[in-house]
Amino acid sequence: MKNAIDIQGLTKRYGKLVALDHVSLSISEGSLFGLIGPDGAGKTTLYQILTTLLSPDEGSATVMGLDVVKDYRKLRTEIGYMPEKFSLYPDLTVDENLHFFASLFGVNVKDNFDLIAPIFDQLQKFPNRRAGALSGGMKQKLALGCALIHRPKVLLLDEPTTGVDAVSRSEFWGMLATLREKGITILVSTSYMDEAERCERIALINKGRILDVDTPGRLIEGLDKNLYNASSKDMYPLLETLRTLPDVKDCYTFGATLHVVTNDDFNPDDAICKLRQEGLEDARIWPAKGNIEDLFIKLAKDDG
Amino acid sequence: MSIFQSLIRKEVLHLLRDFRTITVVLVMPVVLLLLFGFAISTEVNNIKVVAVVEQHTDETKQIIDRFRNNSYFTFEGIVPYHEVESILRKGRADAAIVFRTEDGKLSHQIIVDASNTNLALTSTTYLESVICSATGIPVVTNTLYNPQLKSAYNFVPGIMGMIFILICAMMTSVSIVSEKETGTMNLLLVSPVRPWTIIFGKLVPYFLLSCIILILVLVLSYTVLGLPFSFSVINVIWVTILYVILALALGLLISTIASTQVSALLVSGVMFMIPVVLLSGMIFPVENMPLALQWLSCIIPARWYISAMRVLMVQQLPIGYVLTEILVLSGMTLAVLVLAIKKFNAKK
Repeated sequence: MKNAIDIQGLTKRYGKLVALDHVSLSISEGSLFGLIGPDGAGKTTLYQILTTLLSPDEGSATVMGLDVVKDYRKLRTEIGYMPEKFSLYPDLTVDENLHFFASLFGVNVKDNFDLIAPIFDQLQKFPNRRAGALSGGMKQKLALGCALIHRPKVLLLDEPTTGVDAVSRSEFWGMLATLREKGITILVSTSYMDEAERCERIALINKGRILDVDTPGRLIEGLDKNLYNASSKDMYPLLETLRTLPDVKDCYTFGATLHVVTNDDFNPDDAICKLRQEGLEDARIWPAKGNIEDLFIKLAKDDG
Repeated sequence: MSIFQSLIRKEVLHLLRDFRTITVVLVMPVVLLLLFGFAISTEVNNIKVVAVVEQHTDETKQIIDRFRNNSYFTFEGIVPYHEVESILRKGRADAAIVFRTEDGKLSHQIIVDASNTNLALTSTTYLESVICSATGIPVVTNTLYNPQLKSAYNFVPGIMGMIFILICAMMTSVSIVSEKETGTMNLLLVSPVRPWTIIFGKLVPYFLLSCIILILVLVLSYTVLGLPFSFSVINVIWVTILYVILALALGLLISTIASTQVSALLVSGVMFMIPVVLLSGMIFPVENMPLALQWLSCIIPARWYISAMRVLMVQQLPIGYVLTEILVLSGMTLAVLVLAIKKFNAKK
């Protein structure tokens, strides 16, 4: 399969700060690709280079075979970009925003409405409402609609679901799946780990470097073996004590329990014994099922 | 609809929806003109005068009659010399004239309350001219172009110089920077629209708005404020359009420097408002400034515009008399435009 996005050794510095450090990444055509990383990992910088807003210091990137530096004008018609912050005109109405963005790309709203019709289902009821008066979820749908109105081949979404309620988020991901079926390549970044699992493939990015790229399932598989849950009435002493155990590599809070990352020699029963000696009578340890978040903590730790 | 048309349509919608701004923009010129034209006038009326006369002669009587009949003065009566000081102190009079006759020759002294310097200077001049014309040494003063010395004549060019720089520079810079702030500028830039088109889509609506304001200001100046109307108004319009383009270019330049709306406002406020008011000759004549400030005033566009406007609007001379000003303004426009476009295109 052809690659929709090809990134080779991309580097971008802001003074001393290295926002992107020799990033290489390939995204195949028609896939839903997730870019997962904490704030400040370099996700937005990567988006700005792919959308031709920034030029890289080193390396190259192509989108649909078009170079982001040389072919930037042609490239701009092929991509739909939705920035992290809501970036439409709040004083224009839903319809005016949509028509304005359509005219920027020289297309007619009517001709391309079929593509965004499922997204605009609810918005159609109030075409004359100002964009600024919409709810968070609605704003996001309008922004997605405006990014799609010129039928881009690649959709670049920078943290599209930040600040949106859980129901709207889930709905939004449903829409992305529909768009993918229509053959649009989607690169979506998020810091919500649960969303990562809805992507076909994900890249974990931290401090400007790609840590790993694979399907969410396979990335997690490698974790399960040495991951345990631990709980007790007194969580903090439990955390402190577990960290002193020789076979424990890492221990951190995870929801209502603790997640314990261990090496192969770890024996849960021995550990419980030790904890009881320390006065934690009700301590329990049982195998845990890892998810993206554990993976990320592991990778970020390995990375130093 | 073409891209350019929809950019302009969008900008017009922004303006129309922002009711407060559009009101301020259209009301401010009117209020400023009327305020400076009527309320703030440097003409001095009703100067209260007392006289001290040592020896009443026909001559002194004649002069005092003149004061009585002159609408600029209110004659408060003849007082003894020793009371003059207390009268001035109490504010019952603004000036006193002392007439002395020595060897049959009349001499006079003017004592004036100079707590307000402008008032004192003007009233002294008035008093002297009245006395001189009465004492038979005729001085024929002929005030050209503004025979009644109306202050509106002086202020209209100044206010125009201020309004256009404020509206064009401030509003364009704020509107471009606000798009940067909300992130919509990025969306415009990732579209296939050329940066040039985006810039012109921003400048043209404000240019049109300035034309509306220009019409408003001209109508007010020629009707309510009574400036003499002649065909030089065509030249006024040409030069103003040049000045508006310069102001728009300045706004564009500011928008490339400032990153937030507040800083754009501050920069245009500090860079334009204060120098325009203080150094452009709008209120204080450039010729009276220290040499260093005179040099500084040369880089202020409003100085050249205002002086051109005085020639064209008040003196109503043909455009040939303001060639220097036009050349300077054109040079500035070109320089600022080149700089602004260079900065705008610079890739981050």
